[in-house]
Amino acid sequence: MARMNEKEEVQKFRELIEKEAQLLNHPVNLMEVCGTHTMAISRFGIRSMLPEKIKLISGPGCPVCVTPIEEVDRAIELSEIDNVIITTFGDMMRVPGTKTNLNSQKAKGKDIRIVYSAIDALEIAGKNPGKDVIFLGIGFETTSPSVGIAVKQAKKEKLGNFYVLPEFKVIIPPMEALLSDRELNLHGFIAPGHASTIVGGKTYEYITGKYKIPCVITGFEVLDVLQAVLMIIKQVNKSEGKVEIQYTRAVRYEGNLIAQDIMKEVFVTVDSNWRGIGVIPGSGLTLNGDYKEFNALNKYKVDVAYSKEPEECRCGDVLKGKCTPADCPLFDNGCSPENPAGACMVSSEGSCSAFYRYER
Amino acid sequence: MNNEIITLAHGAGGRAAQRLIDDYIKKYFSNEILDKLEDGSVLELNSKKIVMTTDSFVVNPVFFAGGDIGKLSICGTVNDLAAMGARPMYITAGLIIEEGLEISDFERILSSMKKTAEESGVKIIAGDTKVVEKGKADRIYINTAGIGEIINTALNISASSAKEGDFVIISGTTGDHETAILKEREGIGFEADIKSDCAPLNNMIEKVINTGAQISVMRDPTRGGLATVLNEIAAASGVEIKISEELIPVNEIVKSACSILGFEPVYMANEGKMVIITAPGDEKKVLEALRKTEYGKEAAVIGKVTGNKKPAVIIETISGGERILMISEGENLPRIC
Amino acid sequence: MCLAVPAKIVEIDGDYAKADFGGGVFRKIGIQMVPDIKKGEFCLVHAGFGVEKITKEYAEEAKGYLEEMLKHGPHE
Repeated sequence: MARMNEKEEVQKFRELIEKEAQLLNHPVNLMEVCGTHTMAISRFGIRSMLPEKIKLISGPGCPVCVTPIEEVDRAIELSEIDNVIITTFGDMMRVPGTKTNLNSQKAKGKDIRIVYSAIDALEIAGKNPGKDVIFLGIGFETTSPSVGIAVKQAKKEKLGNFYVLPEFKVIIPPMEALLSDRELNLHGFIAPGHASTIVGGKTYEYITGKYKIPCVITGFEVLDVLQAVLMIIKQVNKSEGKVEIQYTRAVRYEGNLIAQDIMKEVFVTVDSNWRGIGVIPGSGLTLNGDYKEFNALNKYKVDVAYSKEPEECRCGDVLKGKCTPADCPLFDNGCSPENPAGACMVSSEGSCSAFYRYER
Repeated sequence: MNNEIITLAHGAGGRAAQRLIDDYIKKYFSNEILDKLEDGSVLELNSKKIVMTTDSFVVNPVFFAGGDIGKLSICGTVNDLAAMGARPMYITAGLIIEEGLEISDFERILSSMKKTAEESGVKIIAGDTKVVEKGKADRIYINTAGIGEIINTALNISASSAKEGDFVIISGTTGDHETAILKEREGIGFEADIKSDCAPLNNMIEKVINTGAQISVMRDPTRGGLATVLNEIAAASGVEIKISEELIPVNEIVKSACSILGFEPVYMANEGKMVIITAPGDEKKVLEALRKTEYGKEAAVIGKVTGNKKPAVIIETISGGERILMISEGENLPRIC
Repeated sequence: MCLAVPAKIVEIDGDYAKADFGGGVFRKIGIQMVPDIKKGEFCLVHAGFGVEKITKEYAEEAKGYLEEMLKHGPHE
């Protein structure tokens, strides 16, 4: 078959989806739980490519968006300490805490440095022996093993001034929490591509086994997402609910075993608070006993009793897919990417930010 | 190599300050007007339509691949004048120097300013130096103000002049400057053979104006990138601008760097590019004129001004979808997510 | 969740490698999670670490699926 160009391929997928969707005897709600998917869907205008019957919902996939306000406030309190260098992924800089954000703290002169990788944070610790370098550990399973590696390296090098503020999240528990919400009525998951590189297709069998709902692990190009949508609705039409890997070039059934071992070695599962959802048991990671000396909170006690979400903010409902960004009273009315009130607007992958940029 | 540094004495108006001017400023900036060293410089201008502009430069690091703050300070002002359809003639330079700046670095910057001024044909005819305490400036801040004469008074080149049917052209690849600056940054840097595109564009623009094309708008996409400049134009002119992602020239290095850090080339700063919006029928000759110049070799048409009344910038993606291209919300921040 | 990009391994130095992200952009990455990767091979990189080995023909699979679907018709 002759090579088609992408526009033609998109068109062909749209036709196939249209045909398959005609067999659906009810509208379907598909949820993605990965910030990069939220953005790709908005950026490529994928919603406009699908028939009305198929609704794409953005779930809690952006680690920044689900980081509860008290965790942001903790990072801000730590930045106030003299002699502390905060190192962080850029994503966290504009997330609003109760009183301020890290960007404003940096403007005030606090030592806050953006890094691309935990290795860069280690290097900063090495170059600044008189200071404590605290790395803000946000992210899902794609990211936590890499921070685990950095912590192991710090232990090996006996680096006494490197710490992590552990705010890692894990993907399966919120998926389950969402499924038990009867208001949501989900028919399929566009499962995260890169987190699955680590955890493997096998991880979703817990969900499909218990809830019999299609879980398709998806890549990030427009064709990947379209293929995944097609695969999900085919399953729906066949009344199937199984795990399929669309993103075969990067994801294997067993995942990355070395990364999984590192996670087990360095971290332990804990209950974690998700912005707008509440505490989900076993949904977070913190440093375990062998590595607890690297936990910033073991050395520094910070008080964030004042933490409070902004009242009218509906980030929680947006994250759960219960309302669209436009339904929030603050959307474009006090909350914009330049002046975010809630986390969904901060990260370029937050649902509200993606919506504001691409679909308003 | 001179191991001296700039001290507060150099800014105190006495002998040291005099030495700074005699030994360094005059060495690089000498011309018949400046050498008079009066409180002000008398100029003779023939035209009735003069353009004046000013800009301040605070870039950090002051030396970067492809340029330095000196070169930038001349290019920035020259390009703003060129964007207004003016021929840049005279420039002033205000230098705010941080105590402790090595004289050798100071000379490098002055030399850069001299070279760039020569290339663009402008004379530095007035200036000022101040020295501030350590910590009060990032090695050096420079302000330049420039004056030029409108080349073709029949044209009304303005951000509010874009009209339906006009073609949108960019003079070359986008994102090079910001990428070159980022690669040196601690924490997020990388290795790449990319230089800032910092360049004086007035000679190139004069050639474009001399084609006789009906130019509506010219603007250089600096901070906030192409997306921001197009949004400013769309708002000022009250029009919808539609561009096509696949037509925008982007250097492979910029594409890769953006994909690692989570940026988009359309939001990255440039210091040697011009957006030119011109009447339909004239786009070919504008393109031809640009492509014959050193700085406009990769010029390309990237879109058009549509007939829609709602001011916006729409981008057609490579997959055939369309989305609204928003104005930049602030600094580009790297992300993992 | 997760910006990851493909890169080619150019040089290996123990647990770290110099990776080419295309177009001539190079960076140091950790290869602890892909320890059997060799010079000249490709991997997906997230936040400065290789997370999975990939083949050079990365990104062709959706097209392959489409061709399959069009050959057999949409209802299998």
